[in-house]
Order: sequence, then C-alpha cells, then structure tokens
Amino acid sequence: MKNVAGSFTRKRRSATTAKERLQLVLIHDRADLPPGVMENLRDEIIEVISRHIEVDREAVELRVAQDGRKQRLLADIPFQTTRKRRGR
Amino acid sequence: MAGTVITITSGKGGVGKTTATANIGTALADLGHKVICLDADIGLRNLDVIMGLENRIVYDLVDVVEGRCRLRQAMIRDKRLPELFLIPAAQTRDKSAVSPSDMVKLCDELREEADFVIIDSPAGIERGFRNAIAGADDILIITNPEVAAARDADRIIGLIEAEEKGPARLILNRINPIMVERGDMMAAEDILELLAIKLIGLVPEDESVLVSSNRGVPVVLENKNKAGIAFRNIARRLTGEDVPFMEIDTESGLLDRISRFIRPGGA
Repeated sequence: MKNVAGSFTRKRRSATTAKERLQLVLIHDRADLPPGVMENLRDEIIEVISRHIEVDREAVELRVAQDGRKQRLLADIPFQTTRKRRGR
Repeated sequence: MAGTVITITSGKGGVGKTTATANIGTALADLGHKVICLDADIGLRNLDVIMGLENRIVYDLVDVVEGRCRLRQAMIRDKRLPELFLIPAAQTRDKSAVSPSDMVKLCDELREEADFVIIDSPAGIERGFRNAIAGADDILIITNPEVAAARDADRIIGLIEAEEKGPARLILNRINPIMVERGDMMAAEDILELLAIKLIGLVPEDESVLVSSNRGVPVVLENKNKAGIAFRNIARRLTGEDVPFMEIDTESGLLDRISRFIRPGGA
C-alpha cells in the first residue's frame, strides 16, 4: 500500500503536469496561431463590444478550447459591475 | 490477391516504428497471412536488422523503383516464416530517390503480392513520411506516453487528416504500469482523450524487446512476453478480430482495484 499512500500525500505527480503541458502544447500547435494574435484579438473584441456595452476590460478572458480534435475560441467578457460604474 | 497496405509512422524518432513493423508483420505471417514488410526509411535502413535479415540483402526499394530488379527479386524471404518477406530500404541513397507517386505505384503492385503490406515510415514529416503514407490504405501512429512523442503524434494525425487519409489509429508503446500507478506516467486514457484518436494497441515496456533485437528475432516469436502478446493482439485486430485490450497493470492488479474504489460506478 506504500504506493497508494504516496500518491495521495506527495504534493503533485509528474503525470498530471505532463497531461496539462501536453494539452497546452496541442492547443497551440493545432490552432497554429502566430504570436500576438490572441492579444490583438482580445483588444479588438473589447473595442467592438465596448461601443455598445461597458465591459470589465481587465477581466476579459480569451482562450482556445479543445473539443475532440476541433478548436474553438472561447471569450469570457464580463460586464462592468454596477458599483464600479457608479464609482466612475 | 488484393492486400491491405498499412503504414506505421510516428513523427518522432525512437518510439518504436521499426519494432512495431517487424513484430506486427511477423505476427500476421504467423497467423497464416502472406506479408511483405517494406522499409521506407531510405538512407537509415534498420528493419533488416530487427528482422535478422541483414545478411541476405541483394536488391532494395530504390532498385525496384528505378527498375534495376523485379519486385520479387527484392523480396527477401524470412528465415522462419515462409510467407513473410522484407523489402529493405536503400542505405546509400536518400529520400529524394523515391517520390510519393512511385510509392503509390509500388503499393498497387505489392497489394497483388500479399495479404498485408506493412510499411515502416521514417521519422519526420517531410518527403520520407509523405512517401510512406502515399499508398497506404490504413495508417497506424505509434507513440510513447511522453509529452514530446504525443505532441508529434498529434501533428501526424493532423497531417493525415489534411491528406484525407485515415482515420489513423494509435499504438501506445512502452507503457510502464508501475510508473502509471505511481502517477509518474500519463495513462493511456489521458493520451487518447487529448489526441482524440482510436486505439489499436497498448504495448508495455518490456526488456524482451531489446533482447530480441540483439538476436534479430522479433519479440512475437520469442517465448511468452508481454510486448509480444501486445503486438500479436494488434495483428489480430488488423485482421478484423475483436480482441479486448489487455490490462496493462502491475502484477498485483492494485491499480485496478483502487481506481474502482475511488471512482463510483467502477469503469
């Protein structure tokens, strides 16, 4: 049972790290995005949406997610909270 | 005869393409099929050594393509299995000696000669790889449970999709069940999930593979060993048989019991 105990008490096993690293590398390889594209995309999306709705710029999150072998772009764009709006 | 041409490829070098080609080819021949193993790694010939046929080479793949010999003259008969043949790669030429259309033509001829043609692809994603898959009916990608190897396998899956070949199936080679249990090696399910590909074989890490390559006898012909059984199972699946995936487990079967205990519902 030594191994079992080990797998619960040791902080983090390398297989988990390997899986996460592989996942990230694959997302980038498959999407084939040149460096900087995500940042530019993020800025432009914020700009367009801000014309209509006030968004929390700092909290906008843009990422590529994996769905089988398909890649999709996920954007999480929170509205500016009321309190922050008032405080302006 | 209208055989099936199966290419074994990987992207990354050193993950077991040649070993898999020799063993799957030998296992298919041992099951009673006529098999031709073709070494498409021009300039870095190795399949002959793994199959123990390095002293019998007269003609090679490039000789066939350039018309210096007939196809059958380049087919070296195996020492043990009369229905197993090797067509070696040229050692003194490079990949540009053969084109993808040469390979398509050659594969058409090979299909008439055998039930199964197993092509050992070179590493990489360039000309040699393109040659190796050009005439294939079926593609097997081999990888190891390791980030770099799995990443290269993913590139290959993408390239094969782009060529509208496939769908390829995966051989996961060199699984060390003790390391998986300990949490220091990615489990097969993790890799399959990330690569989103169908599995055709799980091969455990096994010292017998090196021992048999020292001797030039494919491991499937040696006495019982885990890697040999795994390669035999792949061969049987290629013939259409439904062979369950073997439990790659430590001797105790401990992992299996624990995972059943942790995950409700078993699986």
